[in-house]
Amino acid sequence: MTSATLQPPVPGAPAAAAPDTAALPPAIIDDHAHVARFDRPTRLLHVVVMTTFLGLSATGMPLLFSDAWWARLLATLFGGFHGAGLVHRTFGAVLLAAVAGHVGHVLYRTFVRREKGLLWGPTSMVPQPKDAVDLYMQLKWFAGRGPRPRIEHFAYWEKFDYWAVLWGTALMGAAGLVLWFPVAASRVLPGWMFNVALFVHGAEASLAIGFIFVVHFFNGHLRPGKFPMDMAIFTGSVATGELRDERAAEFARLSRTGAIDALRVPPPTAAALRRGRIVGTLGLTLGIALILLIFYAVAGGLAL
Amino acid sequence: MRIRLGLFAMAACLIAGSAAAQSVPAPPGNDDCLACHGDADSKRPDGRPIAVDAKRFDTSIHGALGCVDCHADAGRERPHPDKLATAACGSCHEDVAGKYHDSMHAWAKEKAGLVGAPACADCHGKHDIAAKSDKTSRVYRDRIPATCGACHAGVVEKYDAGVHAAAVKHGTANAPVCIDCHNTHAITRTDTDKWRLAVTAECGTCHAKVVASFRRTFHGKVTELGFSRVAACADCHGAHDILPAANAASKVSKARLVETCGTCHPGANEKFVQYDPHPNPSDYSRGAAMWWANRFYWLLIPGCFGFFGLHSALWYWRTKRDGERS
Repeated sequence: MTSATLQPPVPGAPAAAAPDTAALPPAIIDDHAHVARFDRPTRLLHVVVMTTFLGLSATGMPLLFSDAWWARLLATLFGGFHGAGLVHRTFGAVLLAAVAGHVGHVLYRTFVRREKGLLWGPTSMVPQPKDAVDLYMQLKWFAGRGPRPRIEHFAYWEKFDYWAVLWGTALMGAAGLVLWFPVAASRVLPGWMFNVALFVHGAEASLAIGFIFVVHFFNGHLRPGKFPMDMAIFTGSVATGELRDERAAEFARLSRTGAIDALRVPPPTAAALRRGRIVGTLGLTLGIALILLIFYAVAGGLAL
Repeated sequence: MRIRLGLFAMAACLIAGSAAAQSVPAPPGNDDCLACHGDADSKRPDGRPIAVDAKRFDTSIHGALGCVDCHADAGRERPHPDKLATAACGSCHEDVAGKYHDSMHAWAKEKAGLVGAPACADCHGKHDIAAKSDKTSRVYRDRIPATCGACHAGVVEKYDAGVHAAAVKHGTANAPVCIDCHNTHAITRTDTDKWRLAVTAECGTCHAKVVASFRRTFHGKVTELGFSRVAACADCHGAHDILPAANAASKVSKARLVETCGTCHPGANEKFVQYDPHPNPSDYSRGAAMWWANRFYWLLIPGCFGFFGLHSALWYWRTKRDGERS
């Protein structure tokens, strides 16, 4: 439990959030009341991406770092080259299906159900002009020259994560399929594309593994204020006070329009919290273990 | 009667004593042996020659040794038994004998009972053993294919047609002969994963850059990991019959690539074989796409990690300074 979810609002602490929160009746800033943040499909998608990503990393790393001392050990854990390959392709297919399903779902909601705000607007994953301003303000805040940016539904670093996964899955999925079915691929592609596919698959994997297990882990879970993990993606809701502090712009918009009332949910049950903590801890631990193996291999390579 | 018995006993003792003294004579010198074996026409009762060319022996690497140093059982009684033990090379060459003993050759000879399987003398000779640096030696580098070919005639025929034999004939230093890939004494089976993977490293002792580029491929990475289901050097280039790609008969010639790749990838076509089994992303001439992909990721990866690494570090620093909810 982070301090943000239990403690009453700190009087006068966030200068930036003050104008909006000061005008609201105290009952709304009840830290024990929660606001829905991630619906069930989104949470499921995160768990599927998380599981397959860990599995793909663990089964792909032996090949990417084939000269590391742990490479053969890790491959043997999955039944050798054959078993690891089988697991890798299975997870790859599941991840591809999940991401394709997600994209289909977003398109369906937008164009069939005519939902607004998915492709553009404050709650959209699509980068908005405000994100550039937020980044600029965040950097200024790092430098001690201004307040924190007032974040909307998704912060710019969250959007970066999202698009990185989408882009990475599409690219690595395509490259992976070429490597999986080279003879079929060669009906349309020249053979040197296998070289490019393997290179891109490996380079993009290095980027993705490093990014998820370091940057995403830090931004999403490990940084002060979130440590050891942000439970919202597992339980689906966020404490009202946390929302106000973390996403001042969203909180102000929801309060202003009254939309926040429709989003109010009871706090997560102890069982849901426990389940989330187990899944989160497992993911974080395995991810950190894998990134440590890579650091070890890269440091060893540099030392040689 | 008692006295006569006593005298008889004394005589018996004397005779027995002198007989005992006779059974451990001083070991014969080489000249003693050559008294019989020096005659070029000397034969055993069954007609097998027993002659030893004393001159060849004296000039051999063992010339300073006595006959009985190797044929110990020839020195124990005279005349020595008809059948002597095989010279025990291992009594001096312990290390080499151990390697040989674990080898395919020793297995064939000692366990499988293959009469043609070689022991020391079959490759090194007997009384004419010369140092491997001696050009007349059977185990001199250039002569090794002929020595091995005495049994493996079919293999040497292929080898002789290949690039490696050509390099040896051309006088290229360290051009490989049989023992460079197969080892000298510790010769093993060639159908094991262990051998197939180890021989790739052996190719790399000369073709370092080629093996390094191979290691960038899926084939190279899987084999480096210790699994041999995928192609290693010999699977594409051949083993004994390696030919330059320019030669149409080569397994890696343009004319035969579809066939060669097709042995593992049935259905491989002309487009498929445009695959580069030895890529080098920093060499533009080997492929522009690889070069650009390499450039792109060399910017993207450090760029992403650099920016977000700094972003995270500053974030940590700022929250530690100002408090988590600032």
